[in-house]
Amino acid sequence: MTGPLLAALARLLSGASVRWIDCQPDTCQRVYFANHTSHLDAIVLWSALPSALRAITRPVAAKDYWEKGAVRRYMARTFNALLIDRTDIKVHQSPVDMMLREIGHDQSLIVFPEGSRATGSDIGEFKSGLYYLSKKRPDLELVPVHIDNLNRVLPRGEFLPVPLLSLLSFGPPMWLEAGEPKNDFLNRAREAVRRLKDL
Amino acid sequence: MLDVKTLSLVGGVLALLAGATTIGQRLKLQPDIGLNPALVESFNLRIRAWWLMCTVLAAAFLLGSVATVVLFGLISFWALREFITLTPTRLGDHRTLFWVFFLFTPLQYVLVGLGAGQYGLFSVLIPVYAFLFIPARVALAGDYKRFLERTAKIQAGLMVCVYCLSYAPALLSLNIKNYEGQNPRLLFFFVLVVQLNDVLQFAWGKLLGEHLVAPAISPNRTWEGFFGGIASATLIGAGLWWATPFEPWQAAGMSLVISVMGFAGGMTMSAIKRDRGVKDYGTLVVGHGGVLDRIDSICFAAPVFYHLTRYFFTQH
Repeated sequence: MTGPLLAALARLLSGASVRWIDCQPDTCQRVYFANHTSHLDAIVLWSALPSALRAITRPVAAKDYWEKGAVRRYMARTFNALLIDRTDIKVHQSPVDMMLREIGHDQSLIVFPEGSRATGSDIGEFKSGLYYLSKKRPDLELVPVHIDNLNRVLPRGEFLPVPLLSLLSFGPPMWLEAGEPKNDFLNRAREAVRRLKDL
Repeated sequence: MLDVKTLSLVGGVLALLAGATTIGQRLKLQPDIGLNPALVESFNLRIRAWWLMCTVLAAAFLLGSVATVVLFGLISFWALREFITLTPTRLGDHRTLFWVFFLFTPLQYVLVGLGAGQYGLFSVLIPVYAFLFIPARVALAGDYKRFLERTAKIQAGLMVCVYCLSYAPALLSLNIKNYEGQNPRLLFFFVLVVQLNDVLQFAWGKLLGEHLVAPAISPNRTWEGFFGGIASATLIGAGLWWATPFEPWQAAGMSLVISVMGFAGGMTMSAIKRDRGVKDYGTLVVGHGGVLDRIDSICFAAPVFYHLTRYFFTQH
């Protein structure tokens, strides 16, 4: 019930304007992958989606951060976060398997393949999760998203936001090509996010 | 407040806007009369912004002076967002910016809202106290890189977007001789002359413009536009003397000053935009018109108009 309210608040605070470049909002199963610059990324990206998509889209977030304190727990529940325990990764319970099990055949995901937030302005190397995700479910549409300026709204280690204006760009969907090597794919995905910055 | 004078002022503006809208739509429907479609589009955008501005202003006026002060406060807040967004700041500025947005901006408007009695404080809050606070807080954060440049930029944003603009609603609490209870009309007169001057300079420049004032800064501003706009805005302002506490010649003088300052504001903000490599403050922010683009001339004209009125027309 408070979902629309939280989304509106996030949009207001981040002053986010949203561009869809060669891509349209769609309810098909997707993985939105974006550069990671701020704790607000997941909420702001989720809030930028139309409400029909918000209902079926789950941001993947770190359990240790989002389970700290009642407010964060409440927020994580409201935006339907899929919390992953970074400290407790087992062989039979890999995060990728867990994500796939959770989304079934109708939900979409929001992931940040850099893992932790980049400190500089450049986008860090992508972790391999995105690759294994597509390998197991090649039918998922991979949508690159570039988040601009949000790191200035709430930088690492800060708890009070400064209400600057940010910009979210959704790019054209991509897929894992048959037989594409892992590193090639991850570099291609990273490039797809980076090129949105200059469009 | 809704006396004959106010009604005729508002009615006149509405008629003007309706006329301009009709012309704009006609031009849009007739693409083959040899006018540049981009020009027509820009004209229509301007008119739409004017409608919005008038609606919001009218609503604020009807709701009273507190609502007007709050409205200008929100405009300042948004303009400052645009300004700082386009200004490169560093991580060390984060907490300073927090106080700039959430302490100095609201406080300035609270003081303005409290009335002319707070003049001694609201006229120095940002030029003195924010000026002392900003560099000290940035220094405390421990990052000295481009220190002077960063603090100067934050201070400049706060001065233009918050301090200068707040003089417009401050007009509402001026204690003008023989003009009690009519101050909203003075604010309306001020905004009207600034905006008319903007649009008239643009129009004259398009009609007769040949000699650019500063080509590197603005390809639109010409000396012909400058003089034509100022002359016609001054004449119209003089013709509106009945809405103000001024004699016709005083209204003309005020309009002249407002026009020149409006021009200065437009030029200054263009220079900042050129430096940052953008055309509009709204460019980075797709879908938002760029509030700062609309209010740059008001920001520069407001303090001067306020002080002239205060000095010559009030008992203080």
